[in-house]
Amino acid sequence: MTESAAIAFESVVTNHGDDRERTLDDVSFVVKERQFLAIVGPSGSGKTTLLRLVNRLGDPTAGTIRVYGEDVQTLDPVLLRRRIGYVFQGVGLFPHLTVAENIGIIPKLLEWDAALIDARVDTLLDLVQLDRAQYRGRFPHELSGGERQRVGVARAIAAEPKIVLMDEPFGALDPLTRDALGRDCRRLHDELGLTTVMITHDMLEALLLADRVIVLRAGRVIADDTPRALAAANDHSYVQELMEAPRRQADQLRALMSRERPT
Amino acid sequence: MSTDPRIAEAFARLPDYLGGHVLVSVLALALGLAVSFPLALVARDHPKLRQLLLAAASVAQTIPGLALLALFYPLLLALSALSERMIGVGFSALGLLPSVLALALYSMLPVLRNTVTGLAGIEPAITEAARGVGMTPNQSLLMVELPLALPVIMAGIRTAAVWVIGTATLSTPIGQTSLGNYIFTGLQTQNWVFVLFGCAAAAALALLVDQSLGQIETGLRMRSRARVYGGAIALVVVVLGGLIPALSHGRPAYVVGAKTFTEQYILASLIDQRLTAAGLTAGRREGLGSSVILNALASGEIDAYVEYSGTLWANQLHRTDSPPRAEVLAAISKWLADTHGIRMLGDLGFENAYALAMRRERAQALHIRSIADLAHYATGMSIAGDYEFFARPEWAAIRKAYDLSFHEQRTMQPEFMYPAIAARDVDVIAAYSSDGLIAKYDLVVLEDPKHAIPPYDAILLVAPKRANDLKLGDALRPLVGAIDVTLMREANLRASTGGSDSSAAAAAGWLWEEIGKRKGGGK
Repeated sequence: MTESAAIAFESVVTNHGDDRERTLDDVSFVVKERQFLAIVGPSGSGKTTLLRLVNRLGDPTAGTIRVYGEDVQTLDPVLLRRRIGYVFQGVGLFPHLTVAENIGIIPKLLEWDAALIDARVDTLLDLVQLDRAQYRGRFPHELSGGERQRVGVARAIAAEPKIVLMDEPFGALDPLTRDALGRDCRRLHDELGLTTVMITHDMLEALLLADRVIVLRAGRVIADDTPRALAAANDHSYVQELMEAPRRQADQLRALMSRERPT
Repeated sequence: MSTDPRIAEAFARLPDYLGGHVLVSVLALALGLAVSFPLALVARDHPKLRQLLLAAASVAQTIPGLALLALFYPLLLALSALSERMIGVGFSALGLLPSVLALALYSMLPVLRNTVTGLAGIEPAITEAARGVGMTPNQSLLMVELPLALPVIMAGIRTAAVWVIGTATLSTPIGQTSLGNYIFTGLQTQNWVFVLFGCAAAAALALLVDQSLGQIETGLRMRSRARVYGGAIALVVVVLGGLIPALSHGRPAYVVGAKTFTEQYILASLIDQRLTAAGLTAGRREGLGSSVILNALASGEIDAYVEYSGTLWANQLHRTDSPPRAEVLAAISKWLADTHGIRMLGDLGFENAYALAMRRERAQALHIRSIADLAHYATGMSIAGDYEFFARPEWAAIRKAYDLSFHEQRTMQPEFMYPAIAARDVDVIAAYSSDGLIAKYDLVVLEDPKHAIPPYDAILLVAPKRANDLKLGDALRPLVGAIDVTLMREANLRASTGGSDSSAAAAAGWLWEEIGKRKGGGK
């Protein structure tokens, strides 16, 4: 079982600053290779803190985080980060670099050949469905929110990482763009054989995109299951609460559609 | 209509003055940047160091520019003496070095402040992204933070450049040629064309540099390479345009020094003209401070200048007695040769002593003829003197000898003392005995029956390395004993009328003609 584990959390605890207050409290789970995991929870539940531990943007107070079996605390954080894709909340593109330069940043840090980076940027623009000629030379401020996020995704997968971490990647987008981009991400995940951990506060998005959903509340894992099982479950009041809205919306939509369908 | 000859003269001096100004500004900015930029980077992660640096730079900024420049002179003098003792090699404490150091210090605050704020102003999300993609702290700084902070840093450099170019005009009194030479010379000789010309030239230079740097800054902000290159090219053109004419001028073989008043400018001009007439190349270094000029001569940075015996007697030999003038001259000549190797060619024939002067009408009404008479009224009167006078030993000697005490003491620029007494703003002034303005303003010089004021004979000094220079000696010897006080007063008056022919050079030319007439007539 550990052989196929891409990421493993073992009794991880984090404290907020000098306070004794815990942001993550005894969190343990394993993400299998090629799995698409969504972590759902309200603001302040510790989602981002958890994700940052994986590529050592943060450090745990106690417990161990493993990437392909290796304790991340024993790895060089800079090298670790270059082999893990990260899509930042609010994009995090470098405003002084063009789209092509932003996408090519990690290959450049890895000292790839310039021609190779160029070719890779073109491939990635195709993958995230942005026109090569039109977008290569643009600066981030010349892009729409959806386009910026596509560039963010392209940058995350530029150096062919096996693991991609996404921190509320579609948070600020309109519903149509959000849906399209979500499905594109899932397609890329499948095509490239990635292991993906995505953070979201939107339960419906998590259920529709992920293979598996972890619900986090006040730093603790309160549910960890497949979307199908979660949709059926009614064991925990908070999970029920989270499931309430998508279920009701689905029912209403179904009712609406059956009523309008001509007989 | 012919143009004012002063404008032609101003343009003739432009290559030299502008070259000096650009050189000192560029070096000061480069040094300021080279020090403050790395400091700002180091201070970035150390809030306490950052506060300390910004506070220190702010303090340096509050010191008036002239004072800051003046402070570096004695400091470097001491360092030079120390290095001479330790490793046998001294360096010039005058001119370029102190100017560059002081101005560099002056330029540090805007660069430090803007680099620190520019780096601190970057969104945390962006530096987090830089870390997240696997940049080392250095890569993050070079690839992300500095490029993003560059427009703000550039704005700081721009401010620093304008400050330095403006303040560089104040490097004239410590011996650095700059556009300030126009201003200081013009102020002394009431040549307002020079003053305006100097101000306009400094302002124009500052504007051009500011505009060029502004182009670079906007280019960086808008990520427009064309603008950045355009600004950089304009900047290079301005700097080279300022430097090249001065460099191609060549250095004169002899440099004549002058202190900061009209008579000195005339005499320096006269010496310059005599050297040129003898086929030697000569240049001038004008507006040197009284304490700076003797050291400049001793170290050979200037080759000749006119000093006054009383000044050396009080300030260098630290004597407070007042023996007959021949005795003073002999003692000074020996002292100069023994301590510095400086040669005294001789005295010019007139004295320029401090003298207390009053309006004739007032003196007659109160029956004041001597300083002793003045003592009865002084407690209700005010006196004005130049920047040195009240700190000089002879002022203490006068006060002691006549038990003199004034109601008020005011320090002012010498040119403004005379209008001040004419306007009855002050009752007595510490005038100069060779000053043409004494007659012009109808003042009387009060007698000094107790000889509290030592003699102030004008003496011609040459640098140690020129002590046995026959060409120099032959060219200047005709001046010894040739100028009496009436001649000097007339020349001084001619040079300070503010009219279009009132330049020091014109007065010097007139003086030489008169010397020739008298010699011809006398023989």
